[in-house]
Amino acid sequence: MFQKILIANRGEIACRVIDTARRLGVATVAVYSDADAGARHVAMADEAVHIGGPRPADSYLRGAAIIEAALKTGAEAIHPGYGFLSENPDFVDAVQAAGLVFIGPSGAAIRAMGLKDAAKALMAEAGVPIVPGYHGDNQDPDHLAGAAEALGYPVLIKAVAGGGGKGMRRVDHPADFAAALLSAQGEAQTAFGNPAVLIEKYVEKPRHIEVQVFGDGTRAVHLYERDCSLQRRHQKVIEEAPAPGMTDEMRAAMGQAAVRAAEAIGYSGAGTVEFIVDASDGLRPDRFWFMEMNTRLQVEHPVTEAITGVDLVEWQLRVASGEPLPAKQDDLQIRGHAVEARLYAEDVPAGFLPATGTLKHLRFPPGIRVETGVRPGDVISPWYDPMIAKVISHGPTRAAALIALARALEATEVAGTVTNLGFLARLSRHPGFVAGDVDTGLIARDLQPLTHPLPTPPAARALAVIAAAGLHEATGTGFSLWAPLRRPVPFEAPAHLQVIGPNRLRVEIDGQGHDCALHPDGWWVDGAKTGAQIHVVGDEITVFLRGAHRFQRPDPLARESSASASGLTLAPMPGLVKAVFVAPGAQVAAGDRLAVLEAMKMEHTLCAARAGRVAEVLAGAGDQVEAGAALIRLAEEEVA
Amino acid sequence: MKLTSAALPSSETFRANRTAHLALLDHVREAAAHAAAGGGPEATKRHVARGKMAPRERVAALLDPGSPFLEIGATAAHGMYHNAAPCAGVIAGIGRVSGQEVMVVGNDATVKGGTYYPMTVKKHLRAQEIAEECALPCVYLVDSGGANLPNQDEVFPDRDHFGRIFYNQARMSAKGIPQIAVVMGSCTAGGAYVPAMSDVTIIVKDQGTIFLAGPPLVKAATGEVVSAEDLGGGDVHTRLSGVADYLAEDDAHALALARRAVSHLNRAKPATVQWQSPEDPAYDPEDILGVVPADLRTPYDIREVIARVVDGSRFDEFKPRFGETIVTGFAHVMGCPIGIIANNGVIFSEAAQKAAHFVELCSMRNIPLVFLQNVTGFMVGRKYENEGIARHGAKMVTAVATTNVPKITMLVGGSFGAGNYGMAGRAYSPRFLWTWPNSRISVMGGEQAAGVLATVKREGIERKGGHWSPEEEAEFKRPTLEMFERQSQPLYASARLWDDGIVDPRKTRDVLALSLSASLCAPIEATRFGLFRM
Repeated sequence: MFQKILIANRGEIACRVIDTARRLGVATVAVYSDADAGARHVAMADEAVHIGGPRPADSYLRGAAIIEAALKTGAEAIHPGYGFLSENPDFVDAVQAAGLVFIGPSGAAIRAMGLKDAAKALMAEAGVPIVPGYHGDNQDPDHLAGAAEALGYPVLIKAVAGGGGKGMRRVDHPADFAAALLSAQGEAQTAFGNPAVLIEKYVEKPRHIEVQVFGDGTRAVHLYERDCSLQRRHQKVIEEAPAPGMTDEMRAAMGQAAVRAAEAIGYSGAGTVEFIVDASDGLRPDRFWFMEMNTRLQVEHPVTEAITGVDLVEWQLRVASGEPLPAKQDDLQIRGHAVEARLYAEDVPAGFLPATGTLKHLRFPPGIRVETGVRPGDVISPWYDPMIAKVISHGPTRAAALIALARALEATEVAGTVTNLGFLARLSRHPGFVAGDVDTGLIARDLQPLTHPLPTPPAARALAVIAAAGLHEATGTGFSLWAPLRRPVPFEAPAHLQVIGPNRLRVEIDGQGHDCALHPDGWWVDGAKTGAQIHVVGDEITVFLRGAHRFQRPDPLARESSASASGLTLAPMPGLVKAVFVAPGAQVAAGDRLAVLEAMKMEHTLCAARAGRVAEVLAGAGDQVEAGAALIRLAEEEVA
Repeated sequence: MKLTSAALPSSETFRANRTAHLALLDHVREAAAHAAAGGGPEATKRHVARGKMAPRERVAALLDPGSPFLEIGATAAHGMYHNAAPCAGVIAGIGRVSGQEVMVVGNDATVKGGTYYPMTVKKHLRAQEIAEECALPCVYLVDSGGANLPNQDEVFPDRDHFGRIFYNQARMSAKGIPQIAVVMGSCTAGGAYVPAMSDVTIIVKDQGTIFLAGPPLVKAATGEVVSAEDLGGGDVHTRLSGVADYLAEDDAHALALARRAVSHLNRAKPATVQWQSPEDPAYDPEDILGVVPADLRTPYDIREVIARVVDGSRFDEFKPRFGETIVTGFAHVMGCPIGIIANNGVIFSEAAQKAAHFVELCSMRNIPLVFLQNVTGFMVGRKYENEGIARHGAKMVTAVATTNVPKITMLVGGSFGAGNYGMAGRAYSPRFLWTWPNSRISVMGGEQAAGVLATVKREGIERKGGHWSPEEEAEFKRPTLEMFERQSQPLYASARLWDDGIVDPRKTRDVLALSLSASLCAPIEATRFGLFRM
């Protein structure tokens, strides 16, 4: 076993790797960017090395700096985590050239799986089923359109070098093909520097089922499947293991196919073979096709760990340090069912916009596995993935695991940013999902009920007013001789507060009254104990009462009227201006594209709110801008 | 030592007392509610329709949410001016702003445009007097048309009239007691000096105006035609004239600015007394209503009240075996050490000497004094005059008059004659004087007064050989009895600001605690007593 390893990553995965390393007695070295100097993974590691600026390109993607850090600190091996350099074969080669061990597959194996079309050809050769499609080099639009025609619509256009849904388009009608192709190629070029695409038959009721494999360079075992069908725009939301409705026959077929895939490329370490499954007719052993292989540890690996009892990071370290595979296929079995939800800082009602903020309050309920890279007080910055945590439940049955997950999500408290907690909790109680009737289209179909804002319990509003008045942590309240004063409270709605007796308040919101009484265990509302937790961060109040409810407390001193926004295009979040499409003097129509802002790994197109003439362009391509920064100003509207 | 109560909550008397007190409380509550309603719902609606906050809401919005408000003169001018000036048209009291105790004086423009009636002036001056004695920063919420013209002879010329307000501001500012004005409406003529004389002035845009003469008077005097806003609006005063310092968008913003201004005063309470952790009384203050007889003439042990007011009901009684009709001793209220002087009957020479001794003791130790006043007077008669009760009473009055420790007087029963003086009546400048709804105040009892007058009359008639029948005598006494009964009522007294307000007996402890806390915002000066006639 290694004495010391370096973890070339950040966030929850870095922390998770450190946990196992520490248990095995392996010393750890963290690396960090300027933005992460105070991050949890740095605090947890035995040593930490600064590797550059906050942009990934300036730090976590700087292979040479990371290798240098490993050499300088005497680490023998580098664990790449997921993302960043984890699937970069040049980095693997460089690590090995520096005399260090890369905890993962060989550069050759990564290269073999890196290009989707080549990988598919390879897999077909190895006898692994692949989706019908065109994977050729000819990228001529007419040729590709012809290939699509041959496959039959609907088809899927995918970036050859892609992943994570980037550069992917579904096309239902031949007429839409050209436009979709152009946009997919553009996105692929931006994201991967390679515009090449492939065309596949679109599977009607697709399920995303993947198989965890583990190889030692020659032989491989599988650790059963995970179902990642609950996706939103190709991003996984909830993952589980095993897959609902899976039959022994199909499991065996998929497991064998996955092992064949791994062995075909001499795979070493943890990997995942993704399959697309046509579930329109139930799960059938002849209806799964190889999609791609992820040559790294997956985000969702904990569900596999939960059902197999295997610590995959421990296996990674053991195999990388030269030990044989820790278990044979026959030693492995499935125990119970596990579900993982990805908790993100994102604004769900606003279309899942990534959010930032300081986590002034963060509490997870006991009795559930949580993988997180942040602590209370930490910042979700615009520089990286806005993941707050992964919450993983494990139960004897799928139903038990789902209930445990739902309860854990409902009891999780995050203040300081918006999160997808409510969405996840509702999703984990979604009847179709609970019934096991999953496919990748489920979220999109039921998006409205899953994302519309929860009705706020009146008690939560009353408590928020108490908090807005600064009385949520009060130990007693005021006094009046005869006529109690009725005090306006700065709140997002008209609110008043009146002390009506010792430790008793009357709270009025929008004309609706509540009697609140201060008990030793907190405020009761209208005679009922709520058990609610209240957290105030600046002007924001979060009341945790059957979910998180956020309220604004306007600062009564902040009365500078905001700029008249009608003619201003503002950055919706901090990000990088990718492109500006207009120049001063240009005439635009409402809805015209004005600029593209890249933020949180997404490209946001900013459109004109109204027709008008561009008066000023206040930012240029390449500018890093803050949320709310004015980018483009339209001239005042002429009075007709 | 913890006091032991002999009260029997299940007894008939207890319940009867309670019922009687509750009825009195209802009466006061009604009067206070009428005062708090200001000019009434219609006037308030018009006021709010102008974009202003209701006057009491302004006070509330200035104070820290949920903090106590010790209102002064909550039923001032009750029954006066044909009830035209509820609460005397001005709200005053001590509240907490940004964590500090301040005196708030807010005009109620729903009452005759916030103009100053004689009682308005008296209340405003009383609030300033408290602020000056307690070194409390003053925040004036100004919205007033100035002097009430029909009453000009009673509000303008005398020493304690309108001009005294600005005199007080200047004197307090000189003493380092901050003066802050928030101009939320008109501020005309003399009224213009409230903001102009303040250390910091905030004015509300499009609402506040400050000028020595309003547009009509300007036109009459010089022919100049000018709008109120251009003459003395918020924009003018914050941009051009410098009469005001901050321009607020509206009332809410102005009050937030005032809160911020108070937060920047950099004041700390002086160290005066040794505070302890507060402790509830062992006996429920609620039962005061049952243990205090409804009829003033029924004697009871004042320790029953003390047990329901002080921390842990603990009372270190001083000199308990001497001059027993005055109870003296040490205790704490909400952790604040106090010396209590309480009547337990008519005052004899020994009791007066004991009280003087105890005042000296507390003055030596810088312990605030609390007077629980229920006194028919000093004992009368040859024996007592001959032993020099006037000399002993004078000692008590001298001690009470000249001590510099804060005095707080709670009128819990009768306040008659010279007993009022010795027990720190209004003339003896206690920092605060509060009264219970069952109290009576007059130079002597109505019966006694009518009796004295009747005796004189009878002697005159009989000297002339006339006859005066008992019926005639009763008829003669009736108007005197009625006058005394009416004028000795707490609502009558409080309307005229003979006290600072009527207190629900159950809240005695809270009122004392807040009064003490405010009093201790000022340092305690060393005492130099006057001559004690030995």
